[in-house]
Amino acid sequence: MPVNSILGVFAKSPIKPLQEHIDKVHDCASILVPFFEATVAGDWDKAVQLRKQISQAEREADELKREIRLTLPGGLFMPVERTDLLELLTQQDKIANKAKDISGRIIGRQLLVPEAIQEPFSAYLQRCLDAVAQAKQAINELDDLLETGFRGREVDLVAKMIGELDQIEEDTDDLQIKIRRQLFSIENELNPIDVMFLYKIIEWVGDLADLAERVGSRLELMLARV
Amino acid sequence: MVDVLVTNGPWLIAIAAAFGFLMAWGIGANDVANAMGTSVGSNAITIKQAIIIAMIFEFAGAYLAGGEVTSTIRKGIIDSAYFIDSPELLVYGMIASLLAAGIWLVVASALGWPVSTTHSIVGAIVGFASVGVSADSVAWGKVFGIVGSWIVTPAISGFIAFMIFQSVQKLIFNTDKPLENAKRYVPFYMALAGFVMSLVTIKKGLKHVGLHFSNLEAYALAIGIAVLVGLAGMIAIKRLKMSDKADRQTQFGNVEKVFAILMVVTACCMAFAHGSNDVANAIGPLAAVVSVVNSGGEISSKAPLVWWILPLGAVGIVMGLAIFGKRVMQTIGKNITHLTPSRGFAAELAAASTVVIASGTGLPISTTQTLVGAVLGVGMARGIAAINIGVVRNIVVSWVVTLPAGAALSIVFFFMIKGIFG
Repeated sequence: MPVNSILGVFAKSPIKPLQEHIDKVHDCASILVPFFEATVAGDWDKAVQLRKQISQAEREADELKREIRLTLPGGLFMPVERTDLLELLTQQDKIANKAKDISGRIIGRQLLVPEAIQEPFSAYLQRCLDAVAQAKQAINELDDLLETGFRGREVDLVAKMIGELDQIEEDTDDLQIKIRRQLFSIENELNPIDVMFLYKIIEWVGDLADLAERVGSRLELMLARV
Repeated sequence: MVDVLVTNGPWLIAIAAAFGFLMAWGIGANDVANAMGTSVGSNAITIKQAIIIAMIFEFAGAYLAGGEVTSTIRKGIIDSAYFIDSPELLVYGMIASLLAAGIWLVVASALGWPVSTTHSIVGAIVGFASVGVSADSVAWGKVFGIVGSWIVTPAISGFIAFMIFQSVQKLIFNTDKPLENAKRYVPFYMALAGFVMSLVTIKKGLKHVGLHFSNLEAYALAIGIAVLVGLAGMIAIKRLKMSDKADRQTQFGNVEKVFAILMVVTACCMAFAHGSNDVANAIGPLAAVVSVVNSGGEISSKAPLVWWILPLGAVGIVMGLAIFGKRVMQTIGKNITHLTPSRGFAAELAAASTVVIASGTGLPISTTQTLVGAVLGVGMARGIAAINIGVVRNIVVSWVVTLPAGAALSIVFFFMIKGIFG
């Protein structure tokens, strides 16, 4: 008996799926760490396998994204602007895409991070992933934000998290400058085309942090409008 | 004396009672599920608990506070002066109305429209009276009042819900120690719920059981009951087990646990309010039939309710709920996923207060309307993650459609019954 139309008033919350999405995105990007470890160790079979995992996670994130877009019909009345929410989702999704691009390019060219910069590179990658993790944490505060009606103490808390995220992103910029300089110093000993792509990879890894920061600023905008 | 009423009197009463019971049964099966839905949906209470609470408090509400609205439907909407010469028409009409409203409820439920039981019966009564008797016999002012209530009622309950949820945010969620504050303030919300409920019961309802209080006594008693409810809540909260880790992540979860206790109180309130308001839909026309038949055709301005009518309606609601409500509520438990006790509480307390207040003033408002208004109110306070405006629109349309639909059906049944007995 389809009686409960009145309960249809409660639409499916878009916030839970949004959190699931960034969780998935974070998982996806995190695989880059074992992925690079495998390439450094020369274990290309494992790297290929990890690359598959990354693209699998990216696909799952895509599906979540599509589902949110579809279950967010025009007639929804939400505590936040729907455009902001969709924009936030788009930014989140770009992180997963970028992680997939990075792994794809590495596999495609069997590109190896030169030994001299391996250590700073993994620190740099880790810091960029920290930014993603921080963005994930901020998004996961949305639940509690809803609880407090998007104002007051909880907003301050999220604003602080976003501030930290900006800090992390700045760190990654510094690290990026350093690692570029180090790569420049050994450039002559390497295959020029590899070097070209290495610069590209470094840039893309930095993009992970940039995108995470953009998720944060989207969230900030969302809160500012409330 | 009208011969038809004397010869067929017992038959007419029996038919009216049967249809009245059917209507009450339908109300119980459908409407109650809506009323209790938010409690079940937020996982504050189980379906079984909801049914038990609803049974006790629907019955209490119907029996203790249900009398006031009854008289509105019986006397307010149609002018009895037009029936003095032919009281049998009133009897036929009321029976037709019960049947029409009952059938409309069944049809609408099958199609999934959340129609208002109140408006279906009002529409039915207006229908037979305006077409079957005379357009002047309808107190159109009252009807327009009902149309106005489509806007006013949701607005009032929305406003109350908004205020309640805002205060909850200010006092509890938006503080350093939400859990501590929840423990401190939730008993006051419980007391508030107890106050509204007991005040209306005392002022409007207890007359039926023969108790009379002065204003002062009524307020004193209501405050007394409110304090008792608050204290009981305080004890219940004290006994609540939760991890005392000061981690703020788990704090909101624990706050919701405190609210879950409150939800039990509001669920009781809602069931009480619903019983007090909606039982009249089934028994109002029935009471009119019985009073006319028993007096042999005399339409008195103030007929006392025959003793068995209120219990009949109350039992009908409870039985409908027990037999069919479970299924309905089971769907609810699965359908609403992101409703927390604190949000559901604000919506339900507001809806219940509005219904109880309206029941006290005798305006036949719909529980569905108040609940929709209250949900919107919580949504406006940024409490609910998403509200489906399309569904709200459908619900509003169904309110509007219900009046003419009930009217059309009752006109048909009225002439059929008139043909059979006349």
